[in-house]
Amino acid sequence: MYLAKVYISLKPTVNDPQGLTIKGALYNLGFTSVEDVRAGKYIEIRIEENDLAEAQQQVNEMCHKLLANPVIENYRFELEEV
Amino acid sequence: MSISKEILDKIALSRREYQLIVERLGREPSEVELGMFGSLWSEHCGYKHSKALLKHLPLGGQRVMVRPGEENAGVVDIGDGLVLVMKIESHNHPSAIEPYQGAATGVGGIVRDIFTMGARPIALLNSLRFGPLSDLHNRYLFGGVVGGIASYGNCLGIPDMGGEVFFADCYSANPLVNALCLGVAEGKNLVKARAYGEGNLLMLVGADTGRDGLHGASGLASRTFEEERELRPTVQVGNPFLEKLLIEACLELAETDWIAGMQDLGAAGLTSAAVESAARGKGGIEIDVLKVPRREKGMTPYEVMLSESQERMLVIVKKGYQDKVRAVFDHWELHSDVIGQVTVDGLARIKEGEKVVAEVPMNLLTSPPLYRRRVKKPRWLDELQSFNVTSVPDLSPREVGPVLLRLLASPNIASRHSVYRQYDHQVGDNAVVLPGNDAAVLRLKGTKKAISLTTDGNGRYCYLNPYVSGAITVAEAARNSACSGAQPLAITDCLNLGNPERDDIYYQLKECIAGMARACRKLRIPVISGNVSLYNETRDEAIYPTPVVGMVGLIEDVTRHCASGFKEEGDLVFLLGDNRTVDSSLGGSEYLELVHSLVKGSPSIDLDLEKRLHRCCLEAIKRGIINSAHDCSEGGLAVSLAESCLLGGLGFNSRSWNLEGRLDAALFGEAQSRIVVSVAPKLAAKLEAIASKWQVPVRKLGVVGGGRFIIEGYIDLSLEEAREVWWGGLEKYQ
Repeated sequence: MYLAKVYISLKPTVNDPQGLTIKGALYNLGFTSVEDVRAGKYIEIRIEENDLAEAQQQVNEMCHKLLANPVIENYRFELEEV
Repeated sequence: MSISKEILDKIALSRREYQLIVERLGREPSEVELGMFGSLWSEHCGYKHSKALLKHLPLGGQRVMVRPGEENAGVVDIGDGLVLVMKIESHNHPSAIEPYQGAATGVGGIVRDIFTMGARPIALLNSLRFGPLSDLHNRYLFGGVVGGIASYGNCLGIPDMGGEVFFADCYSANPLVNALCLGVAEGKNLVKARAYGEGNLLMLVGADTGRDGLHGASGLASRTFEEERELRPTVQVGNPFLEKLLIEACLELAETDWIAGMQDLGAAGLTSAAVESAARGKGGIEIDVLKVPRREKGMTPYEVMLSESQERMLVIVKKGYQDKVRAVFDHWELHSDVIGQVTVDGLARIKEGEKVVAEVPMNLLTSPPLYRRRVKKPRWLDELQSFNVTSVPDLSPREVGPVLLRLLASPNIASRHSVYRQYDHQVGDNAVVLPGNDAAVLRLKGTKKAISLTTDGNGRYCYLNPYVSGAITVAEAARNSACSGAQPLAITDCLNLGNPERDDIYYQLKECIAGMARACRKLRIPVISGNVSLYNETRDEAIYPTPVVGMVGLIEDVTRHCASGFKEEGDLVFLLGDNRTVDSSLGGSEYLELVHSLVKGSPSIDLDLEKRLHRCCLEAIKRGIINSAHDCSEGGLAVSLAESCLLGGLGFNSRSWNLEGRLDAALFGEAQSRIVVSVAPKLAAKLEAIASKWQVPVRKLGVVGGGRFIIEGYIDLSLEEAREVWWGGLEKYQ
């Protein structure tokens, strides 16, 4: 069994209204040293699979087909044996 | 000449056009200059292939306040000091790449066109085309586009009143996403998109500038679609909440006299906003790109000038009022920065600090070469039109019922509730007739008036006969207005076609515009704004030429409006208009494609009858005689009757209907100029008198009531059964 920790974020050049809104709010709260904020998604998936390579391939496919929008987002993931 | 083909391709200029630039400029353009030319000489901004043809459309009229092209959107006067501002625009290419964000930013763009002029946006409509939903990718595009429209429109709090959606193979690689916005303003508050007055300041407001959508105007919207998927990282992501702030701030400014003009940043970003507004003001501009606030580091002047970052406005601030204007934007928590000024030397001068990176006469940028060609009717079209109805067998009476059910279940006819229920169409509390009817109706608060809105377009008809279909598109939109009780006021049009450099496509464009122009003249409806979207093709497979007409109509007394569903048990049902059965009306019909897999024949229309029909229907509604009105379109008379039943939740019974000629043509043929109306029995004589006054044929079809849909001898269906297929036809794909 593996635990996949998937991190999804917008590609660097893509506009991130959510990140900008957070940045503005932080600034208003007095965190004036904040220079940039990018917001993304974090997803945990447990997979009933014993083979690491197979698990890797599956998570990769999940990301590509559903979890991330490859047109505007990048993703990366870590696999942890549990 | 050292310029590489690669660079020219990137900005979509031909080598001849490049030589023209060098000739007129007297030197080679700089990188920034070339990028500016590429954008402004693109079809999207410069209309090189369509301008000569578009001028045939009737543009003037008593109520028309500005002519198309002079401003961001068209304006019509509706009395009481109020004006309506309307425009439709395509966002086809961005939506094909990233459906959700593409459609969302399409909505954002069209809304900016409206409030730029000082009008409050009050309604949105969308006209959509996709490939068949049996294909997973098409389903993904469809879901994404509808979701994107819903999310952006709902966040802004502008009701989306529906529109239309159709499916055909030709749209698989090239979906169409056209967005229409209508706004209302007090005539005295209209703001011009003009940069004039030496020393007036150019203020950039709203979002910071990033590398979004570089080459959107030139690269994508003006070229065919092949291996361009790698351009994807330039997808624009919109922020509707920021746009909402922009709306409020700009409308506040529209009531002051602190500004000389406003212009939104759309395709080709700062380049087109600054140059086009300055050209209208007959002056020049000077911009320092270092003063443009950036979202990203290391952007070049070229990138700053061509970025298509969303939610930005260019405000031309009168000298001395800078602080007052800034205070308004500060109040709405919007960034505002002065990036340059208006000059009188007729030059577009772009600087990076002290260094001049572009300096071009304004008139060169705004006068792209205009192309006009003689083209003949393509031979393949003759073949398509020479359809002989006798080559397909007629239906037997037993087959009629099941065919009606198939048509009702067709995604092109089935209930669109699964789309429009995602849109908030009641926000603002003005919706009188909801989506799902021939036209949506909105009241105008503070007046007795209401307006109707509809979009129409049939690509299949246009593929088969571009001239006639151009006329039909206008006529059908006007008919839909008439069915709601609204006098048609004005049109905004979006022409979606393939590559105009091909003879057959240019022919389609030319004929379609000619047909539209004829119908507009005949029905006396001006075209007040519009947009062309060409190059909708992939690997030489062009879409059906698809003209989309958005129409606004005026109802003087909101209580005298009409909807499509039957209302009262016992009402009599009449057909107004063309009641002869013409076998050729099967040409181009949904029936012919669905049942016989044929896209052949040619539609036809009698514009004189059409005009009289509208007057007849309008008079009957104004005098409160009829209870429902629904035009016959896709699926023909039987589908129209069934829809009136389903929308009203009431049955229909016809005992005395002698069907003449071919059964399929009588029930499912798509002859134009027909409206199904229902009327209380005691008022039937009045309806017949009105019809005779306008010389409109009228024919009794049956009676409203019961739980079944019955045409004796042919069809006997329970309403439940019909409702199930019609309700689920499109919903099942979502």
